[in-house]
Amino acid sequence: MKKPNDVIIRSVTKVAVVIILTFAINLFISGHHQPGGGFIGGLAFASALILLFLAFDIETVRNHIPLDFKVVAAVGVLISVLTGVGAMLLDHPFLFQAFGYFKLPIFGKTELATAVLFDIGVALAVIGTSITIIMTIGDDR
Amino acid sequence: MIQTILIYSLVFLSFAIFATIYRLIKGPTAPDRVQALDALGINLLSGVAIFSVLLRSTGFFEVILLIGILSFIGTIAFARYIERGVVIERKQSD
Repeated sequence: MKKPNDVIIRSVTKVAVVIILTFAINLFISGHHQPGGGFIGGLAFASALILLFLAFDIETVRNHIPLDFKVVAAVGVLISVLTGVGAMLLDHPFLFQAFGYFKLPIFGKTELATAVLFDIGVALAVIGTSITIIMTIGDDR
Repeated sequence: MIQTILIYSLVFLSFAIFATIYRLIKGPTAPDRVQALDALGINLLSGVAIFSVLLRSTGFFEVILLIGILSFIGTIAFARYIERGVVIERKQSD
């Protein structure tokens, strides 16, 4: 039996993962005015990690990304709750969202909203949950 | 004029999709079915592209990229399952 050789899938993965991660971040950022948002951005991010799991193996990816994804999901939920509680501290109702226009050095006049923080929490929760499911299913024999 | 051309191309694309569905159902071996699924994903992607021209909307471009990525990952997962028996390996085999 010949030893399997996956040099082609590994080379393709090294290029494709960068593109998929860029696309995931673009989906996440553009969620306010175009299709996209925290959920689908997190799922695209998780699909890039799944491609890494497929091309390499669980041990290698776990050594290079030393994150406990259960903790990632928990931190995401915590960030989402804290954005709601922070509005309560400033005498607004729970989950009140504010936005404003700022002058940034490179981007010029930009709209910054606190909904992005809530979306970051959603994305982290989605990434943590899906990668935890994949790793738990794929780990045993 | 351009609308007619787009609708004709959608009809031909659905013919291609029916041909791949025939291979998907009939295909004697598992690799035939996996390749039929991959080709069906590509045809679906081009159908979405033609629809987004037909509807004059730019809201479907993310769908196009996502179908491409998901079809690629799904095909690789099936191919690894057929070749090795496992989808995700636990340790480096060699």
